[in-house]
Amino acid sequence: MDLSILISMKFEMALTLIIFILLFLKIDGRAGNQFFFRITNLLLVLSLGLYFLPARYGQFFSGMFRTSPLLEFEKVVLLMATIIISLSSYHWLKNFNHVAEFYMMILSSLLGMFFMMSSDNLLMFYLGLELSSIPVAALCNFDLDKKISSEAAMKMILSSAFSSAILLFGVSLIYGTTGSLDYYVLSRAVVGTPLQIMAFILIFSGFAFKLSVVPFHLWTADVYEGSPVAVTAFLSVVSKGAMAFVFITTLYWVFGNLGGTWYYMLAILAVVTMIIGNLFALRQSNLKRFFAFSSIAQVGYLLIGISGFVKASLSIGSVVYFVLIYVFSNLAAFGVISVISALTGKETIEDYKGLYRSNPTLALLMALALFSLAGIPPTAGFFGKLFLLTAGSSTGAWPLIIIASLNLIISLYYYLRIVRAMFIDESSEPLAKISLSFSEMAAFLLCAGGILSIGFMKGLFEVIFNISGGL
Amino acid sequence: MNLSLLIIVPVFVSMAILLCRDAKQVRIAALLGSAIQLGLAFALFFAYRAEREAGNTAQMLFTYKTPWFAPLHINYSVGVDGISVAMILLTASVVVAGVLVSLSVENLTKEFFFLLLLLSSGAYGFFISLDLFTLFFFLELAVIPKYLLIGIWGSGNKEYSATKLALMLMGGSALVFVGILGIYFEAGTFDIIELSQNQLSVATQHFFFPFLFIGFGVFGALFPFHTWVPDGHSSAPTAASMFLAGISMKLGGYGCLRVATYLMPQAAHEYQGIIILLAAIAILYGSFATMMQTDLKYINAYSSVSHCGFVLLGIGMLTKTAITGAVMQMVSHGLMTALFFAAIGMLYSRTHTRAVEKMGGLLKITPFIGTVFFIAGLCSLGLPGFSGFAAEMTVFMGSWQNNDMWYRLATIAACASIVVTAVYILRALGKVMMGPLLDQHHAEITDAGWNEKLAAVILIAGVVLVGVAPLLLQHLISPSADAIMQNVLKAAL
Repeated sequence: MDLSILISMKFEMALTLIIFILLFLKIDGRAGNQFFFRITNLLLVLSLGLYFLPARYGQFFSGMFRTSPLLEFEKVVLLMATIIISLSSYHWLKNFNHVAEFYMMILSSLLGMFFMMSSDNLLMFYLGLELSSIPVAALCNFDLDKKISSEAAMKMILSSAFSSAILLFGVSLIYGTTGSLDYYVLSRAVVGTPLQIMAFILIFSGFAFKLSVVPFHLWTADVYEGSPVAVTAFLSVVSKGAMAFVFITTLYWVFGNLGGTWYYMLAILAVVTMIIGNLFALRQSNLKRFFAFSSIAQVGYLLIGISGFVKASLSIGSVVYFVLIYVFSNLAAFGVISVISALTGKETIEDYKGLYRSNPTLALLMALALFSLAGIPPTAGFFGKLFLLTAGSSTGAWPLIIIASLNLIISLYYYLRIVRAMFIDESSEPLAKISLSFSEMAAFLLCAGGILSIGFMKGLFEVIFNISGGL
Repeated sequence: MNLSLLIIVPVFVSMAILLCRDAKQVRIAALLGSAIQLGLAFALFFAYRAEREAGNTAQMLFTYKTPWFAPLHINYSVGVDGISVAMILLTASVVVAGVLVSLSVENLTKEFFFLLLLLSSGAYGFFISLDLFTLFFFLELAVIPKYLLIGIWGSGNKEYSATKLALMLMGGSALVFVGILGIYFEAGTFDIIELSQNQLSVATQHFFFPFLFIGFGVFGALFPFHTWVPDGHSSAPTAASMFLAGISMKLGGYGCLRVATYLMPQAAHEYQGIIILLAAIAILYGSFATMMQTDLKYINAYSSVSHCGFVLLGIGMLTKTAITGAVMQMVSHGLMTALFFAAIGMLYSRTHTRAVEKMGGLLKITPFIGTVFFIAGLCSLGLPGFSGFAAEMTVFMGSWQNNDMWYRLATIAACASIVVTAVYILRALGKVMMGPLLDQHHAEITDAGWNEKLAAVILIAGVVLVGVAPLLLQHLISPSADAIMQNVLKAAL
């Protein structure tokens, strides 16, 4: 066997290695929380460096695994997101009894996503999908003393299983009509017979579930609210990001022939998703629920970008660029929520009143994140969102673009609600001054740096755009 | 001259402000920073004149272009013509005056000046951009600082006003973005110069012109999208009011001219009637609405709606003189309304009321503020010798050159509004400044401090200069207005 395959699978190998190390340390039983926290983060940061290890691109194991510059970039983005989540959960993990398990679960899920993204075969894709979603369901239950957390886990596993079943049904129909599960074969064999379109709709629904596209979004708010903040962040950023990457590859490549069909599905769902997400976000008072709906609305914009299939590499490039920015902005917001929730247990907008006076750093970071999510310059979110719309406009779908632009106004309103609470309102009992740990500071600096600088890194978008040409 | 300095200086100064240790340092930094901006603006003005006198006839001077997002053909591209130079001079003067009158801000001083300077960098960037995307970037950059300035340091119903302003301006910029995408969809470029040379198809112009014009119109108080103006201005702290009325509303007028009319001349012709109708309504409605106001800030805010109507009227008339007049009116109104808001702010900080009926006889107590108040008022009603007269006169002359009967009717109606202006201005001036002292508490108030005096002097100098020597400004603007007109005439043929 050619060992260079192992280097091509460098991220997967690294994650597996870390999981095994954690397992052995756990069995050994002497390591404490601090130790687990430090060793895992150290190893994760080191494995980021693997990006610079040159590897052979192409297909391996007869289409079960594939790498490309774009895939490597996407994996680095997701790995970095996981590191930020882990660093900003310091206060929560410090007093948590199952740190090793937490990391093993979250890394297994990430590993599943990597395999899912890298597969060139529906079977391998399904395997990766399951590996990525079952540990997350367990993670939702990690606030062990809270009933709401178990409820979230139950909802997560049931809806996951349901959507997987639908997806699997679609996959089996596709296999029935074409006799193959290989992407390359499928991209030619799927020509749009009625049965294939039905199969496609089932697979599409499976994706929509995972991406929480309206009307498949009903699990989102409850699961987000009940889970520990770190898990919510993981669900809303990493899990969604991976799904978006796979979704766009699948649509553009495997179902490329059905472009005329899925274009309208995407357009309609994008409109509904944006509007419902935005309208429901208006009335939330719990921040985790708030961000659940805001992330639904963000997915609506993502769908618009995906719908611009006329200029494929612009679409893919802008989706990857958006997810990269979304990682920084959403994780900055969740980082703040995580710290405040771990130390005070407070999670509503009401509690954030007067935050700027007592904790200026946290309030500023939160404001940056919110502006980036709302698409306000000079934050990176401005560029991310506008490029999605630019990609979407390449089909000339002006009603879609107009609706999306008007939705920006609604979203600005609810993001400003939090800004107002933090900066303008005064509170009779403001939160006490919070001192941040080193790891949280590092995570926050990274997020703030990303939000402020990505738009001004001249070559970054060009790099993404260029590697997007090769899927 | 390097135009990017106009953006870099305010950004660096605002960063420096964040590093300052106490309020005194912040004030010094802000003052220095805005003074440097004013110096830069004047340096630009003289450099521009020297280039023109040396016979440089290029449409845009001091251009600089570098790719920003190459795959999307987005460039950071800047350059100025006479119109932009005029707007930059206006911006610099208003920013200095705004910083001067706000030196007494005690609450969160650092944040206040940080936002103010960030706002000014957005305005400069907008006026020098030659790339639609860059221009849009700077347009939106200026929205959120306004929200925070009003929300945190405002008075009255500030949260409502701040949210309304942010949402309406965001709505305007959303429309602008759709329009810009429409242009990009057809032409594949965001470059304004390139776009002006190659005409867009009539269908594209027809469909997207309203987006651009209404979008920018929201910023420029186009009727019926003016409703953020009164609320926003009246709740804002003094410097923010000055900035909003003096500069921010000019972003809209400038955008309507530079983007909508310039790049879509055919559509500008087609929609001319509607633009003129809306502008005439804004002028009349604004002046009549002002008559009903009793709050000084509301008076000035509604009269701004009316005065900004002249800008849109001038643009809608599509003659060279009218467009020159529109730009002159932007400069004139910017200076004059900033002066007015400064005077109101000075009074309000002393009397703690803005209601006309609660004040009286203040000229004796505070002669300096009173004089400033009179100058601003008289300029507003168009007294010859001040900028308002020169600008409005040019707009009327230019409008009359358009010999359509209905448009002349609109011009007459607009002229008539000046009478109404005289009514409300003279009434407010008389009540507040003349007569017996109404409130005995007001007998103890002090006159303007050095900083307020300096601010007023800078703005009055501008108002008088434009009023006494309007040709100075006209010669600056007119050739650039001609370039825009050439495009319009080309489309009409």
